[in-house]
Order: sequence, then C-alpha cells, then structure tokens
Amino acid sequence: MRTRTRGWSEAAALLVALGLSAPAVAQNEQFIPMPSYRQGPYAAGGTSIYGGFIDYLNLLNMRDGGLNGVKLTYEECETEYKPDRGVECYERLKGKGPTGASVFNFLSTGITYAVIGKATQDKIPLLTMAYGRTDASDGRVFPYVFPMLTNYWSLNTDIVRFIGQREGGMDKLKGKKIVHLYLGVAYGKEPNPIFLKQAEKYGFEAKLVEVPAPGTEQQAQWLEIRQYKPDWVILTGFGVMTPAALKGAARVGYPMDHIVGNFWSGSEEDTEPVGDAAKGYISAALNPPGKDIKVIQEIERVVYGAGKGNMVNKARIGSVFYNRGVLTGIMTVEGIRVAQGKFGKKPLTGEQVRWGLEHIKIDDARLAQLGAAGFIQPMTVTCADHEAGGAVKFQQWDGTKWKLITDWIQADKALVRPMVEESATKYAKENNITPRDCSKEG
Amino acid sequence: MAFFVEVLVSGLLAGFMYSLVALGFVLIYKASGVFNFAQGAMVFAAAVTYAGLVSLGWSAWVAFAGSLLAMVVFALATERFVLRPLVNQPQISLFMATIGLTFVLEGLSQSVWGSEVRGLDLGIPDSPLELKGILVSKFDLVAAGTAAVLVSVLAFFFQKTRVGRALRAVADDHQAALSVGIPLERIWALVWAAAGAVALVAGLLWGSRLGVQFALTQVAFKALPVLILGGFTSIAGAIVGGLMIGASEKVAEVYLGPLIGGGIENWFPYVLALLFLLVRPDGLFGEKRIERV
Amino acid sequence: MIYREAGQFRTTYVADQRIFPITQDRVAMAMLLIVAFVVVPAAASNYVLTALLLPMLVLAIAALGLNILTGYAGQFSLGTAAFMSVGAFAAYNFQLRVPGIPLLVTFVLAGLVAAGVGLVFGLPSLRIKGFYLAVATLAAQFFVDWLFTKVAWFSNDSPSGTITAQPMVIAGLPIDSPARRYLLVLSIAAVLALAAKNLSRTATGRAWMAVRDMDVAAEVIGIPILRTKLVAFGISSFYCGVSGALWAFAYLGTVEPQAFDLQRSFQILFMVIIGGLGTVMGAFLGSAFMLLFPLFLNWVLHLIVRTELRPGLLSQLELVFFGALIIVFLVVEPRGLARLWQITKEKLRLWPFPH
Repeated sequence: MRTRTRGWSEAAALLVALGLSAPAVAQNEQFIPMPSYRQGPYAAGGTSIYGGFIDYLNLLNMRDGGLNGVKLTYEECETEYKPDRGVECYERLKGKGPTGASVFNFLSTGITYAVIGKATQDKIPLLTMAYGRTDASDGRVFPYVFPMLTNYWSLNTDIVRFIGQREGGMDKLKGKKIVHLYLGVAYGKEPNPIFLKQAEKYGFEAKLVEVPAPGTEQQAQWLEIRQYKPDWVILTGFGVMTPAALKGAARVGYPMDHIVGNFWSGSEEDTEPVGDAAKGYISAALNPPGKDIKVIQEIERVVYGAGKGNMVNKARIGSVFYNRGVLTGIMTVEGIRVAQGKFGKKPLTGEQVRWGLEHIKIDDARLAQLGAAGFIQPMTVTCADHEAGGAVKFQQWDGTKWKLITDWIQADKALVRPMVEESATKYAKENNITPRDCSKEG
Repeated sequence: MAFFVEVLVSGLLAGFMYSLVALGFVLIYKASGVFNFAQGAMVFAAAVTYAGLVSLGWSAWVAFAGSLLAMVVFALATERFVLRPLVNQPQISLFMATIGLTFVLEGLSQSVWGSEVRGLDLGIPDSPLELKGILVSKFDLVAAGTAAVLVSVLAFFFQKTRVGRALRAVADDHQAALSVGIPLERIWALVWAAAGAVALVAGLLWGSRLGVQFALTQVAFKALPVLILGGFTSIAGAIVGGLMIGASEKVAEVYLGPLIGGGIENWFPYVLALLFLLVRPDGLFGEKRIERV
Repeated sequence: MIYREAGQFRTTYVADQRIFPITQDRVAMAMLLIVAFVVVPAAASNYVLTALLLPMLVLAIAALGLNILTGYAGQFSLGTAAFMSVGAFAAYNFQLRVPGIPLLVTFVLAGLVAAGVGLVFGLPSLRIKGFYLAVATLAAQFFVDWLFTKVAWFSNDSPSGTITAQPMVIAGLPIDSPARRYLLVLSIAAVLALAAKNLSRTATGRAWMAVRDMDVAAEVIGIPILRTKLVAFGISSFYCGVSGALWAFAYLGTVEPQAFDLQRSFQILFMVIIGGLGTVMGAFLGSAFMLLFPLFLNWVLHLIVRTELRPGLLSQLELVFFGALIIVFLVVEPRGLARLWQITKEKLRLWPFPH
C-alpha cells in the first residue's frame, strides 16, 4: 500500500516538473532546428559543422542582440546520419518556437530525400547547401528545397575546369585519361552522368572506379589505377573512404598533386590521418579554410572570448568543416533577414523564410557587411535557380594545413542546367507536380 | 602476369590484416563459446585509447601499456558483469549481450576521447617497395609479420600450456569444466584480456592505415568471411582463411569486377565462403561438430 | 484474483483451441485492439504516429518474419534487411510498370518476390548451421545491396539509386494522412501477426520447432527437412518483403539501398532476441524497445540534464545506457521481454496469494 501512494506522488511531481520545465512561450524568437550528428561514422565532420553553425548564431545573439532584435534559438536532435532518425527529428522539431521551424538543414542526402515530401507539405524549406538532390536546383519543381551554392554536377564541371587550367587549357584535355574514384553510394554516383558528358565534350578518356562502401579497402582499385596510368584522379568520397584512398595512392606511388577531391573529401579529418604522405593533395573548397576571414575572427573574439563557444577542440576553429558550418549559418540567417525585409522584423513562419531564401542576393557590398569577403561567392537566388552559385575555389594540403590555390572557378552551367531540368521534369511527372510558373511569382 | 602477381601479393598481405581481427573472434569463441560481436568495438576502443594517450603527451610504449591495461580492465569487468551472470545460457543470449557490450564500449570510448579523427603514426612508411618489378607495401609486410608472430604465440599457448588446455576444456562444456575444478572466471578474464591485446594490435595497424575513427568498428565485418572459411575455433584457420579471402577478394575485384560493373569486393568473399561451407560446413579447420540425438 | 480461470469451462473443441482461451485475455486483447484502431489515431499527435508508431509497426512485421525463421525454425539469419530491400524495390517497380495495379496486390506480390529470393538464399541452410549460417546469409545482404545500387533498372535509372515511392491509393481512397497510413500498417500488422500465431499451431509450425530443437531427430521421425526449412525461409522473407514495401510506401516515402544495410539486419535481430525468440508478442515488444527506448532515453536525458554538457556527450552516454540496459535485461531474463510478460501473467494468476 505504501508503494502505491509513493508511486502516485512521484508521478504527480514529475508532471509538475514537466509543466514547469516547459519553456515559457517567448515572443521575439526565431527557432532554427539543429538536426545534428555527433554520433556514428561521420561524427567528426558533424561536430565541426554544427559547431560552426551554432557559434555563428550565438555571435549574432551576443554581438547584435539577435537578427534585428529577434533572438535566434535552436535545439539539437541527434540523427546519426540515418533517414529514420532524421524523419523523427523533423517531426519532433518542426513545430517548435513561436512560428514553427524556420528551415531544416540535415547535412545528409539520405535524410533529405526522405523529408522532401513532408517539408513541402508542411511548408518548411530545406536548405541543402552543397548536397542533396541535384535536380532540386530547379526551383520550379522543388519550391521548398535549396541546394545552394553548388550542386554535385556543377562541382564536377568545376573540377574538370580546374584540371583543364592545370593542363594549360580545356583543349589540352583531349586524349588525357581521367579516373573518377567514387564511393559506391548514392552520393558517390551522382557526378557520373555529367562526368561522362564532359568526357564526350572535351575528348578525354573517362574511367569510373567504384569503391564499395564504407571504403576501408582500396588496394584493388589503386592497383587498377596504377595499371591504367591516368593523368588525373577525381575523388568523390566521404568519411573513412578518403584517407583510405590517399593511403592507397601513396602505396602505389601515384602523385598526390594529381588527385582532386570534392569538397566533402577535402578536410583536415581526411588528411591528418595520412600525414606527410598526403602532401600536395588538392580538393575543391566550397568555403576557404583558415582564420583569415573577418567573421571567423569575430566569432573567436566575441563567442569564445565569453567562453560560450560550441567547439570543445578549439584547434578545429577555422578548419574546413567548421567554416562550412559558419557558412551554413550565414546563408540561413541571410534568408531570414531577407524575409524580414518583406514580412517585418518579427518571428517568421517557414513559408516566409522560404520566400526570403528565394530572394537572397549576395554582392560584394553585402559580403563586406557580413565580414565574409572571399568567403562566399557572389550569388543571386531566383525562383527557377535554387543553386545560384556553382563556383568553388581549390585548395591544397601542405602537410599541416589547407592553402587556397585558386580563386572562384565557375561551373559550366550551359552543360549542367539542361540535365537538371530534365531530371526535375521527370520527377515532376512521376509525382504529379505542376512546375511553378516563375514569371508569375514575386 | 606481373600485374596478376602484384594483385595476388597485395591481396595476401591484406588478408593478414583481416586475420588479425579474426584472431580476436577465434580466441573468445574457442574459449568461451561466445561469438563476440564487440570485437570491432574493442579494436576501435583500443586504438582510440592509444591515440588519445599519445595526444596527451605519453610516449608510444607507455601509451601502449596504458591501452593494454585499459583492455584488461574491460576484460575483467566483462567477465564479472556479463559472462558470470549468463553462464550456460543459450549462445544467442550471450551473442546479444556482446551487442550490448558493443554499444557500451562505443559510447564510452567516444565520451572519454571524443569523436575526432586522429592519425596514428607507427613509424612505418606506407611507401611502395619494388621486389623484382612487383610492387609491395612495406606497411603490409610489417602487418603480415606481426600477424604471423601473434599466431605462433597463440597457437603454442593453446596447444602446449596448461592454461591453454584449460581454455579448450572450457570451450567444450562450461559445466563440465567447472565440475573438474577449472576456475571459469579467471579463464574467461584471461581470454578476454588476450582478445583485447589482439584487438589493440589490430587497432594500431588498422588505425595507422585508416586513421583512428569510428569506421574502425566496421573492420570486424571484413573478418567474418575469414571466420567462416577458417572455422570459428581454429587459430591457424584464421590465418589461412585470411589469406584466401584477401587474395580472392582482390583478384576478383580486379579481374571479375569490370565484367559485372565493379564494386564486388563487399559480397564476393561471403559468396566464396558460402560455397566453401557447402563442402565443409564447419570451415576448413573448424572442429567438426558431433551431434548426438 | 482478477486473472483466475475459475468458472470458465470450455465445452467445445473449438473453444479449447482458441488462441486466447481465458476470457480475461480475450477482453484485454479486444481492448488493446480498440485502443490501437480507434483511440490512437484520434488522440495521438502526428509526431507520435509518423515518427514513433509507424516505424515500430513496420519493423515489427519484419521482426515477425525473422521470428518465424529464427525463433520457430531455428535458422539463424542476418539477411533480413536484404529481403526488406527486395520487397521495397519490387513494390516500387510493380507500381511503376504495371498501370492500375491495386496497392494491396502490389504488397502481396512484393512479398512473394522477396519470398522467392529468400528461398534461393535459404538453400545453404540444408548444409550449414548456427553462426556459420548467419554469416552465410550476410552474402545475401551484401549481394542485394550491391545489385540495387549497380543495376539502374531497379531504381528506374535514377542517378543516385534512390527511389521515391508513389502515393498510395486504395480503392480510390488516398492514404496520405498520418492516421490513414497508421491504420493501413496496423491492419496489415494485425493480420500478419494472427497468421504467424496460427502458423505456429499448425503441423508446419510444429515441424519447424522440431527442426529447431533437434533436426537430426526430426528427420528420423519423417519430417521433410528440406521442405520445412525452405518454407520457413520463404514465409519469413514474405513478411520481410511486405515490411520493406511498407517502409518505403507508408513510412519514409523513399528508399535508398543503404536504408536496408547490415545495421538494419542487426537491429531486427536484436528486436527478436530482446523481445523473445519464438513469440509473436516478442516481435512487437522488441520493436518497441529497440526503436522507442533510445528516443525515450534521449527525451528523458534532455529533460533532466538542463545545462549543456559537452555537446555530443549526451548522445554518447545514451549509447552507453542503452547497451548497459540490454545486458541488464539479458541477465534478468535471457529469454526476452515476452518471457518477462509471461512470468508477470503467471504471477498475476496467483495474486494476491503467494502460491
């Protein structure tokens, strides 16, 4: 009998605690969901990226008192990079905050695919910066998805252009041999169609070499590559596949400065385990690394100065992935800011933020205001073009850090855009979606 | 022809790396009849402890000793809290318990040492060596040598020493071993500590190759076809199985792969092992199971 | 006191052979069904329906399948996710290429395709046993993974190999709201659970259990081993195939081959073991435990630990808790949650008397 009453009073206490712990509905807050992964095989990257994102939000809150007076709040939810956990986080976080979630960024192509339908229905935009569905660059079919700054096809043309530059001109590519070494998952296979198309256009010999996931074993592939003797190797990897690839290359003696990775295979986490052997390895840089950028310096001064930084390992501030997180923060907040310009300086709904994202215009003047000169490429998002960028810089590993070696190299949009539209139209047909008519939209 | 030999040699050497991981499985299965799903997590935990200690400033040998100590403590804790309460339970419950162990170990190592990717420098260059026109990796040779040494030591231990005999008795029948007075708890602790040591060596070599990161837990899956081929209870089988799997995997990927689209490395060793099993259901060197009706 | 059978007399064979011979059990089951079918869709939030209950039920179906294979027939399999994958892709392709095919027919056909694949990969079980068989079924897992990523036909030439499931329509009624999807999956799960329970009471089920316990003896008394094992593989794969199709259509809406990777196979195996091998209830309990407990743990820890510890530490500690809990459960009751429930019921029959 004693146990019974104790049980009831415990339950009552818990209920009261729950009631008290529910946050008071704040008036002037913009909620940004943070579906992070700090667990699992990609935890190292996730920790840095989301760390940078959170630090940028805190910078604005601490230095400027929020965005035009509206405080930016966030809540993390562990997805472990898995689609089902991602969906659970989406459902859990989409209604939080006074106006619901502003914009979701999962940093995972798999989760994005799973959530696109729901997000479109719930009218919450997805910022899939530099990953996700490539054909979502066509904003007429995917009004709520924003693969901003670069998609995988534009990136592949950037890399080929860079190689052309190194060879002395695009015409010098004729007759050369280029290998695409990719991880055997959806993400790795995406660039293949445009890679083969460019081979046709420029006359180089293209070879596709697949590494089965997770990519820990690559001896066979590198022996094959050594046999084939290509002039260049393009690397599309993620996680453990990249250091394994670099080690494989070192083992067969393939020159590092003829391997060009994409921007998910070009971070400190990829080259540090390989050490000196990776010297000379080149990769695409969506954002420059290092602390030479004003906004990064601001974060260190204001946020870490007050001891509120998110990164436990402070050496990672200024790393490739950390800066990418800051970049994510900048683009997210920029979308909200543009939306505030139209809808007022108050907490906004997902639909309103979507409008903001679609009208982002970043020019040199804005870059100076953000403290991001040289950090982001100038770009203008439109109704039909949700990619809006397409350019990347290139960086090289010198044994201890990444150094930029080029300026912005533009993508071959004339080649990429028709393929994007074709794929988007196919998706629209399969799913009974009527593409928007951009001439009618504001 | 030279290329074929190159691929073959590279595969054989890769096989040694697989055997190192398989050895841990064999040790534990041989002595306690438990299929230790946590072996991959042990490899990761050992490697991350070593890398973490080194990053704190400890010298290589001291860090090695420290990691070894950590693995011994883990073995003792496992024996006390997991194995002892589950004595004589069906194999599948013990297997499930090792899965719980996996989660505990993964979570613990990451909460203590963080989830950063760390390099592991063993001082062995990964540069190629040319022997008669064939490319061989220095690193692989060192790994092969290490595996060979470990195997000899373990084989000698199991066959020739009293403790080894006790281990084999325990593997056969827990209760019978108890009834003749073999101290079950100490034997298990010893075996798990040995498996932990093997995991440490494997973790160092694999971590040096891939960087110390969470993906190290996945190398255990590479060892499973080795176990099928070689038999779950044979140490020699771990080596022979490793060599066969490594070689056939690489040769198939290079020669068979392009015919069917490439990327067959993941399933080919399993299919091969499967075909082998149809002929010898207990593996090449595994103990033939005698079933009494 | 409440669970006594005193006064319940069964006077017909039919009454004696009921799944729930005791009236209280029948009442409880009926109430459970009413709650599940009527109360939950009306009262539960969309979050609970789409993120908690749907995956739990879909994976419970797969767990039922694996339970048939491993729990009843004693064949250890790690290829569960491969068969789910086959079901998902088969359902997608049937919907895509056969115009106007009814949805439920698609699911059945997808299950049959998966059953066929299961039969093929079940052939080695005739020679191989135990853990060796488990590792051998991994061949199925990796092969199917590779096949769907490699052969573009399966994913309708999508460059990433990911498919987006078509919207569901049954007899003109679109099944798009969370409540409707939940009811669809719940109905299918209920039907399949009943089928599994009844299967275990037929001659086939008894043959499976004979094979599980001692297959040499079973063969000696005349049970056709080949047919029994293959039927187990086939039916189990049918369940997994339907589960995979539901995963794609009713739950996530998309499928990439990595969704059905080795981790998924292990997850379903854990569900079956923790839930209780050889029980239908175990599949549901195990599914609820494996899926919902980590989320519950996450929610509770977030509530208790208000100050932000080192970021990421919380999710790692959850992992430690979860693993420790699995071990504790196994020590307390190695035969799983279903057995714990059974013991509870037996104690209830005596309560409040001690014996």
